[in-house]
Order: sequence, then structure tokens, then C-alpha cells
Amino acid sequence: MKLKKNIQLIDQHDKYGFWGGKFGGSYIPETLKKPIDDLTREFKKLRKNKSFIKKRDFYFKNYVGSPTRFIKLNKLSEHLGGGQIWAKVVSDANGGAHKIYNATVHALICKTMGKKYIIGDTGAGYAGKMLSMAAQKFGLKCKIFMGAKDIKRQKPNCDAIRKNGAEIVPVTTGSQTLVDAVSECMRYWVSNCDTTHMCVGSTVGPNIFVKICGWSTAQISRELKNQLFLEFNKIPKKIKLINCVGGGSSAYGFWSEFIDFPKSQIELIGVEAGGPQNSKLHAAPLSRGAKIGILHGAASYVCQNKEGQINETESISAGLDYPGVSPIHCFLKDTKRAKYTFATDEEALDAYKLVTKFEKLNPSLEPSHAFAEAIKIAPKLRKDNIIIVNSCGDAKKDRDILKQRLPIK
Amino acid sequence: MISPISLAFRKANLKNRPALLTYTVAGDNNKKKSLEILNAITNYIDICEIGFPHNTPIADGGQIQTSAYRAIKNGIKISDVFDIVKKYKKNKNAKPVILMGYYNMIYQYNENKFLKKCKEVGVNGLIVVDLPWPENKKFARKCKKNLVSFIQLLSPTTSFERLKKIIKDSHDMIYYISMLSTTGGKLKVSPNDILKNYKKIKKLSPKKKCVIGFGITEKNISKLKFSDGLVVGSQISKEISRCLNNRQNPVTNVSKLVKNLQNKII
Repeated sequence: MKLKKNIQLIDQHDKYGFWGGKFGGSYIPETLKKPIDDLTREFKKLRKNKSFIKKRDFYFKNYVGSPTRFIKLNKLSEHLGGGQIWAKVVSDANGGAHKIYNATVHALICKTMGKKYIIGDTGAGYAGKMLSMAAQKFGLKCKIFMGAKDIKRQKPNCDAIRKNGAEIVPVTTGSQTLVDAVSECMRYWVSNCDTTHMCVGSTVGPNIFVKICGWSTAQISRELKNQLFLEFNKIPKKIKLINCVGGGSSAYGFWSEFIDFPKSQIELIGVEAGGPQNSKLHAAPLSRGAKIGILHGAASYVCQNKEGQINETESISAGLDYPGVSPIHCFLKDTKRAKYTFATDEEALDAYKLVTKFEKLNPSLEPSHAFAEAIKIAPKLRKDNIIIVNSCGDAKKDRDILKQRLPIK
Repeated sequence: MISPISLAFRKANLKNRPALLTYTVAGDNNKKKSLEILNAITNYIDICEIGFPHNTPIADGGQIQTSAYRAIKNGIKISDVFDIVKKYKKNKNAKPVILMGYYNMIYQYNENKFLKKCKEVGVNGLIVVDLPWPENKKFARKCKKNLVSFIQLLSPTTSFERLKKIIKDSHDMIYYISMLSTTGGKLKVSPNDILKNYKKIKKLSPKKKCVIGFGITEKNISKLKFSDGLVVGSQISKEISRCLNNRQNPVTNVSKLVKNLQNKII
């Protein structure tokens, strides 16, 4: 299994949609074959279409608010000693997280394909919030599928979704989290694929959804590359790009421009959700030895039992609380280009406390997992080492959880 | 030699009626009861579809999801599913068995081992909901080698070109999904429209048997009787749920329902 150079990772799959011959694919019911083939053909055309690219860039700049800031966390770096810690503040984007890139592109595709309805899944509520925003912006009717447990724990985002005129469909099957929301959303699409466009909220699902999402979030690393040149006049010699990984859309977006660089210069570190310290449950298929399985139309490392039933997961962060992961990250893991680890709920909370104590930054619980890793390794590094954390979400949505778990603040 | 599945169609055909196929989830609501249900309905049916339950079913509606969750909660394992088939096949009136489920279960069990086990317990056919053509070609060939029919699915969204290719690669039976829906949805297209598509398929392959499924109940089954076979699933799941809620015996009630279904297509 080998990575190719000078070809975007989203395009390094075989004719059946597999990366490295075994990750991804399109395990879908026959009914979805046609809508997925149609979407695949349309996307292939659109990504080469200059006016579509122009439109995308226009909305990224004027609607999403690109570029998002790239800042040095001086006080945190000083406090920890060792390597410099920087943040790419993707939560500056309209709506407060990276999910707006994928949502905007899907809304544009939906509109181009002449469909009036758009549906999507959401865990932390950001994918849902952004899709509802984009739907409102482009005049589409929108339904968001969300686990009943997540509706309770991410209320601020639910309020936003409803305010944007979208309907939230509560999912009460299974563990009532993201995994069930994605299943229900796919089932709805099976029944309504003639009139409705589906947006998968991360780089997961059948091959084409991995590609569209990765193509959209790649904006993050394009910006970062420019910002590195502006700041350092070159790409520095020792960089670590740290990103949380649930489905893996922000991590892919953060890394895509840097995958061709040698590992010795730019290291890629993904941080999964380790769950509560004293719990056996987690949402870390890459770093805790899960086996390959098929979930939601794609083969990837999946938290599952011996029989192939999907395991329940547990994490304080709804956005990472998913038993599968992007096939692209499985490929990056097996080719050893990226390294994956995990942080527990407690480590993420501690990281949140430390970052907010020293910096004017309010990372949500998802990127707090990435900060936990940065905090862990920074003291061991030399001063010229540069750690960049993708602060991909804003903690406004975590208001209730933080109030409960960090009462003193 | 004629396969047991083809033979079942021929027998129904001789009586001038479509074959009746039922779908039940193995282990719903437990291992013992689900075997009792199979033994109770076997006289009224021609082919028996048995689902191996999965907890992330992306193409099943509420009724069958409930059945699957119920079976899993009661501890059903894939080995129990094979065991149910093996025991059912001892019934002297046992009908051909088609197992149906999601690919991850087969993948984890190992394709070859799974097919060996199918052969051993007497499974005659397989439907894998999320393994579409052409990705399923290799596995379908393996099935054939093991004398298990791989049943290709067709849907209203399947293009004519694709239809031709899938039929060419299919074995003795094809499954036409009546409408854009998960299992158990309300029939939202007219039986006439369904039969129109059905005839299109039959014209391409008059010899292969084509069954229609999704949304078929006591209410509409007679309107579709001019076909090779009809599958009823969700209504049975619903009946089991109803019985459990009202503390009635699902075995006798499901048996009554299936008998009635057969009466409607004579």
C-alpha cells in the first residue's frame, strides 16, 4: 500500500472507490446506485468547471469568511516551554466550525442538480447547523437527522438549526447518537432520492461523499500554506499538524496540501476520542486497534464486535462520538503517513481549561482533544519546532456540558 | 439438475399462482419462537427468507429494525441463525431458504467460511442488501460454486442498461424492489406501475424468476398476483410486535396472517 505524489488523496482510489485496495468503496442498496452515480458524474464535471470554482471561491470568501486566522499562542507556549504552539482558528468561519465548507459545497451542488430538498446528519450539531444555514442562503428545504441524546447535549446548535428554518428529525433508535443519525438519514434518502440531495457531514459514507467533503475542507490547508509563507517566508523545517478525528473531515482538510511533504518535515497527528477514563467505551477505531468493517456504505476501521455488530461509543464530544472513521484516514494510517492517538474526556477538559486560561480562544470539546496532545508533547520539543492545532470548532455549543463538568469557571 | 428455488417456483406455477415468500428475522423475538414461527408457516409458503439481524441496517424501515434490535437484544448470534436454518430444514415440509442481511456480517465471518456454513445447513440463496452489482460479481461467483443462489436486486432507479447487465449476471431468481423506499414503507406507486416495470424485466429474461418485494401486505398482495413471486416481510414483523405488546402468541397469529396471504393470491 503506497501513497502517490502529486495526486490529491481524495482521487487515489481504484475504479470501485477503494483507497489502498481495501478502504472505502460504495456498499449501498441498489436503489441508491443511480443517485450516487449521478452525483459522482456531476461532481466530476463541476470540479473542472471554472464558473463553479469561481462561485465556490466567492462564497468561501464572502460567506464563509476565508481565510480564517493563523495565530501564535504565545502565553500557552511560554507556560509549557519547548515547542511553539500555533492555532489555525477555523472556528472563525461563519457558523463557528469547519462544517460550513462541506455544507456550502453540497448546497451549491444540490442547486446545480435542480433538487429543492437537502438532508443531512449531525452529531455535535455543527454539520446540521451549517447545512441549515447554507440551505437558507440558497433557498433549499432542509431536514437534519440527529440522535435524541445529541439533541439534549448540544441544545445551542439545535436552536440555531430551527432558527434557520430547518426541521430536526430526532432519531431514537440504537444509541441515539451520530451513528444512528447517519443510518436514518441514509434510509430517508433511499425513500426520497428522486427529489432530495443528501449531504454526509464528514469524510465518511460511500466514496463520492468522502471526495466531496474532502474537496471542500481542503480549503483549510490551502489557506494555511499561504499563511506559513507569509509568517515564515518558507515552510518551516519542523512542523506538527495536530487535529482531532471523528469522521475526519477537518483533519483531512487541514492536512491535504501537506501530505506530499516528507514526514520528517511535516508530521501529521490525529487525535481520536478516548472516552471517559474509566470506561471501556471509546470512539477511537484507529488508535485502539479496531478491525476493518463496513459501516454506512464504506469499509474502514470500525468499533465493532466479533460478529460485525457496530459497538456503542462514548465520548464527551458529540462530534467525535462515531464508531467508524474516514477511509482516507485508514489509508494514511496504514501507509504510516499520519499517526493516530487518542485523548480521554478528562484530558480534553483539562486542555480546554488550560487553553482558555492563557489564550483568547474558545475551542469546542472536539479540538480540545487535539490541544490535549499538543500540551502533552510541546514541553519535549525544541523551540524551533512548530505545533499547529486546528481549532476547528467553537465551544458555544458545549455551554451546558462545560457548565456541568467545569463548575468553578 | 433443477435448483430447489426454481423447483419451488415451478410448483407454484403449476397451481397458477405466484410463489409466496415470507421474510422473518432470525431470532425474533427469540431463537425458539422464531423457529416455531417458521415451522408454523411452512405449509403456506413456497420460499422462506430469513434475515440475519444487523444493528446498523441502512435499508430497513421501522418494523424490521424493531425485529432486528429485538433479536440482537435477546442475544442472537450468527451461529444461532445457522442453527435455526438447520433445525427448520429438518421439517419434512421445509421450503428453500434464502438468507438476507448486510455485508459486514459476512465479511467478519469470512466469505468462504460463511458459504461453507450455508451449504452445510441447507441455505439455498443469499441476498446481501448493501453489496450491489458490479461489486458483488466475485462473491456471486463464489456463491454459485457453493450451490447457493446469489439474488440480485433491481430497483425502479436501475437504468435499462444496468438492468440488462445485472440480469445477465444473475442466477435463477431476481428480486425487484417495488418502489423508492426502505422495507415496510407504504406502497406509494400503483400495482399497475409496479407490474409495468416487472414486465420490462421479464421481457429481458423470460426464464429467470422475478419476485417483487417492499410494501406488500394483505391489502395489496392480490393486485400483484400476476408475477412469479411476492415477498411479505414488514407486515409479519409488525404482527410479531403487536402480539408481544398484547401478550398474545406470535406463532398462531403470524401463521394466521400468512395463511390469509396465501388465500389472497390463489
